[in-house]
Amino acid sequence: MKQEILDKQNAKLAEVASRLGKVSGVTGSHTLNDELNIIVQSAEIISVLKNLQTIEGFSTLIDITAVDYPENVQRFEIVYHLLSMNNNIRVRVKTAIKDGQSIQSAVEIWPVANWFEREVFDMYGVLFENHPDLRRILTDYGFEGHPLRKDFPLTGYQEVRYDEEQKRVVYEPVKLVQEFRNFDFLSPWENMLPGDEKAQKQEGAK
Amino acid sequence: MANTILDSKTYDEVKDLVKEPGKRNFNINFGPQHPAAHGVLRLVLELDGEIVERVDPHIGLLHRGTEKLIEYKTYYQAIPYFDRLDYVAPMNQEHAFCLAIEKLAGIEVPRRAQFIRVLFSEIGRILNHLLNVTTQAMDVGALTPPLWGFESREQLMVFYERACGARMHANYFRPGGVHQDLPEKLIQDIYDWCDPFLTVCDEIEGLITDNRIFKQRNVDIGVVDKKTILDWGFSGVMVRGSGIAWDLRKSQPYEIYDELDFDIPIGKNGDCYDRYLCRMDEMRESVKIIKQCIKMMPAGPVLPENSKFAPPRRNEMKATMEGLIHHFKLYTEGFKVPAGEAYACVEAPKGEFGVYLVSDGTNKPYKAKIRAPGYPHLAALEHLSKGHLLADVSAIIGTLDIVFGEIDR
Repeated sequence: MKQEILDKQNAKLAEVASRLGKVSGVTGSHTLNDELNIIVQSAEIISVLKNLQTIEGFSTLIDITAVDYPENVQRFEIVYHLLSMNNNIRVRVKTAIKDGQSIQSAVEIWPVANWFEREVFDMYGVLFENHPDLRRILTDYGFEGHPLRKDFPLTGYQEVRYDEEQKRVVYEPVKLVQEFRNFDFLSPWENMLPGDEKAQKQEGAK
Repeated sequence: MANTILDSKTYDEVKDLVKEPGKRNFNINFGPQHPAAHGVLRLVLELDGEIVERVDPHIGLLHRGTEKLIEYKTYYQAIPYFDRLDYVAPMNQEHAFCLAIEKLAGIEVPRRAQFIRVLFSEIGRILNHLLNVTTQAMDVGALTPPLWGFESREQLMVFYERACGARMHANYFRPGGVHQDLPEKLIQDIYDWCDPFLTVCDEIEGLITDNRIFKQRNVDIGVVDKKTILDWGFSGVMVRGSGIAWDLRKSQPYEIYDELDFDIPIGKNGDCYDRYLCRMDEMRESVKIIKQCIKMMPAGPVLPENSKFAPPRRNEMKATMEGLIHHFKLYTEGFKVPAGEAYACVEAPKGEFGVYLVSDGTNKPYKAKIRAPGYPHLAALEHLSKGHLLADVSAIIGTLDIVFGEIDR
């Protein structure tokens, strides 16, 4: 039964993908791990999302998040997860923007986007246009920086403690007894030693 | 609620009728240290008399940066963070993370492990609903239900402890299965626990289902309609309480849920009372699933064998050089997951709990986004409680089923 449902979903997703290919703003789509990804130009994101909601029946916004690729010119990838309860399928919509570039807010389509976008703003510093209330949501009052950016250190900049003498919580720069160690486990020798190409060939044959 | 003025007019119209000149609204702080806030919720409420005009939830007081931490940990080291999200039903969260890794790396889960996972997911569901139903009853004035419910929770936590060594922060599920097999005696004890628990359910229901005060506080409060569900991304009981039969265990089955026989309880009116009834029935269905799992559970391994994603068995590690190297490499370096991305979700007790995982082919996730069901539910709090009385806000928060571990992450 599990397989039946999966086959049905895949057939429906293929239909959605073929229809979306003609929508303006959609630059491509691919399927990975039985999930449909749709790549969209950032300027057209709202019209594509509206199309998905009204015509394709993706009525629920599951999540909005971002992924930070500092080496890319279009640094932030904004990812929307949509669900259609009627058709029982999911789709992922992706768009990329530069650092400092803003993107249209989806609040007018789904009110719940309000908090999701506040979180993306808080964590990545991505600005959403026409958002009614773009405040920080998860970090501390008066927090500086955007923690989920790859250039933000894991240990942060500020630490807090209760000061017995001043009788209040004080903020101080982070002091670590031991430097945070981030080991790189990538072997520089992998796929470079003589004989490795044989192993790769074998894997390819499988 | 049998007020005919309220029935025929919208809230804003009624407000205009009773408006007094020269009066202004009252702002109060609700929480973060308030027992009905279910953790560290701070609400800034604007009240007109006792009627709620505006709700501004301030969250993030329990923010620990879980997603950032996961980016710096190997996949194995990241599992315990999931216990600490929704700490009321820890294993359900681990489940979503393991499913996401399995999807990315293409790991097959042995059949026995699938049954054990479902068994403990359902135990988690009962753990969660017992806490939610009884404390919600406490929010609206009943003290006895939590005392009765927590006794059963305690027994369930002992089962957790006997399976994995910890009462709450289990760290039991692994990509590819579960860490250890269950002892035969434990399986028998869980089975023996089932039927007496149904009596406990009846007793709790006997206390509150027909209770006049409980009904006055919950019936017709916080009504969720279909538009609200779609606009605000609801899932789980918040959807089912309004009569929509949407459950990922049925609609997008994972593990062995498609082989099991169970029903999805749905409500009719979508108010707090119907959601309470749904949760009570879901506990009974979970007991049904637990019994089936134990009856159908086959013998066999609980982790994939001869796999780079699972630790070698202990005797192999002690006896062979390859086993020792594998063990050492797995627990220091971890395993590498092929580059790609996956979204995996489970029907957690609170709703759809999802993990969006991006891998760059190394031994650590490049990005892990946790989609907590409570987050959109809480976002809709203003929408749900506008026009209700202040006392109803705590009833609504109760049935939203909020745990700050997962909302603040």
